[in-house]
Amino acid sequence: MNTEKYPSALLENAVNEFSKLPGIGRKSALRLVLHLLRQEKETVTAFGQSLINLRNEIKTCRICHNISDTEICKICASPVRNRSLLCIVENIRDVMLFENTHQFNGLYHVLGGVISPMDGIGPNDLEITSLIERCTNDNISELILALPATMEGDTTSFYIYRKIKDKPVKVTTLSRGVAIGDDLEYTDEITLGRSLVNRIPYENSTGK
Amino acid sequence: MYIDEISILNFKNLKDVQVSFSSRLNCFIGNNGAGKTNLMDAVYYLSFCKSFFNASDQINIMHNEEFFIINGIYNRFNSKEAVSCALQKGQKKLFKRNSKIYNKLADHIGLLPLVMISPSDVNLLLGGSAERRKFMDGVISQYDPNYLDDLIHYNRAVFQRNNLLRQFTSENYFDQELLSVWDSRLIEHGNRIHLKRSRFVKDIIPVFQKYYSFISMENERVGLAHQSDLYNSSFELLLNDNVNRDRALQYTTTGIHKDELLFNIDEYPIKKLGSQGQKKTYLVALKMAQFNFIAEISGMKPILLLDDIFDKLDRNRVEQIIKLVSGDQFGQIFITDTNRSHLDGILKEMASDFRIFNVTSGSIQQIQ
Repeated sequence: MNTEKYPSALLENAVNEFSKLPGIGRKSALRLVLHLLRQEKETVTAFGQSLINLRNEIKTCRICHNISDTEICKICASPVRNRSLLCIVENIRDVMLFENTHQFNGLYHVLGGVISPMDGIGPNDLEITSLIERCTNDNISELILALPATMEGDTTSFYIYRKIKDKPVKVTTLSRGVAIGDDLEYTDEITLGRSLVNRIPYENSTGK
Repeated sequence: MYIDEISILNFKNLKDVQVSFSSRLNCFIGNNGAGKTNLMDAVYYLSFCKSFFNASDQINIMHNEEFFIINGIYNRFNSKEAVSCALQKGQKKLFKRNSKIYNKLADHIGLLPLVMISPSDVNLLLGGSAERRKFMDGVISQYDPNYLDDLIHYNRAVFQRNNLLRQFTSENYFDQELLSVWDSRLIEHGNRIHLKRSRFVKDIIPVFQKYYSFISMENERVGLAHQSDLYNSSFELLLNDNVNRDRALQYTTTGIHKDELLFNIDEYPIKKLGSQGQKKTYLVALKMAQFNFIAEISGMKPILLLDDIFDKLDRNRVEQIIKLVSGDQFGQIFITDTNRSHLDGILKEMASDFRIFNVTSGSIQQIQ
């Protein structure tokens, strides 16, 4: 229930907008707004303008559906990346995660979600058709399924696999198991059990 | 493993109670509403971090009080364990083992194994099939952590598949390929669950029958059977064969979520043809079989709570039950009754250690 009284409708408006953001309640919203009010006019204008520019000018890469400032994103446009390697991820944040590992030199394909009937998301709401086109036309040799290890993520991986298993593309998926630097005693039984079942030759375990 | 003493403050009608128990047989005599079952529930609470009866914790605080505390001193593998539970109105309950607070209550469950036999068990017979699946799932997941994981995934896959079926109808299309992706999830987890359930039922039947014939003095023959679509056909075929029905009804009509446990007496369903006493005997034998399972897995004899066990049973059967639980495979037992005459005759013949308590309006006195 909203029982707070604000001395100004402008202030209340701003608080309302901030409190729409995830993780921000009305108290935090008020603190942020009051903080902005104490700043120089230029600072706040720059803050607002950056959001407006972001919303108006951001583009989605035509090829991989990552966000980008240009029609084709930096990764897809890069001449040094391996164009036959394609990593399938759920969303834009995952692209950033993989880029930060500095272990991947191929291209990405952002699905924009995973199949979940309870949320009303089916294959047609995702970039699956465009993925299949890429597999057909772009000389892809390996497809890496890097979707979340949830029921919906696994199901989406399986759906994609079935769609392209007849094409001459190797399909791989992220390995799952004991986290690096973890003591075995802190690993849950399910993960540990699966790591045991899907164990790998020792030569492959050093990562280089 | 047994509980040595308990102290209770403001739990239901138990205002301020301290009791020390026998490591074998403890009998509580008192009128209706005196607090016998509440004492049982307090012991249950210390094992399962919740009440046997009330899903809401707050309701267990004595009226007009702000909190309740239950402290128990246990003897577990010959070492002392102090377990306590405190709940303040409007706050989260605090559960401690040897003065250390648990971060996750799930870590505590299993430490102090316990089986409760109560009149409400009859829901297992009279209720829907979900009750009986819950019984199976509860026992199996105690010894197999992967089972619970499969079950959670399976239920989620059914939920998603049903959503998809509804979506097909509301948006007027059908995509066999998409549906079969969910089928494959059901098959993967469902087959494993099926295997474990059928193994469990096979293992429990002889134990259960042994207990039943002991209690009934071999008067009747009882049976227990696991009924599942998956016995007749492979899950994949079942899903394929029923696809039109599933589409019409907009939910998944076959699978292990439709499993049933059939309870029979002389080859007929006990739900319809068993007498009150036979039903009760059936449930007691089933719970004893569960006790056996837990004892084997945990390497400890669980505490056994027999709430209102004399209700509906004839004297012979009661005597058999007491004889049974005073045997070596059972450990600490709690029994409630409204009437002392029942117990006295039986206890006289028993060699093992026992204590009798009188329960009157929330206070408990040892009388023998």
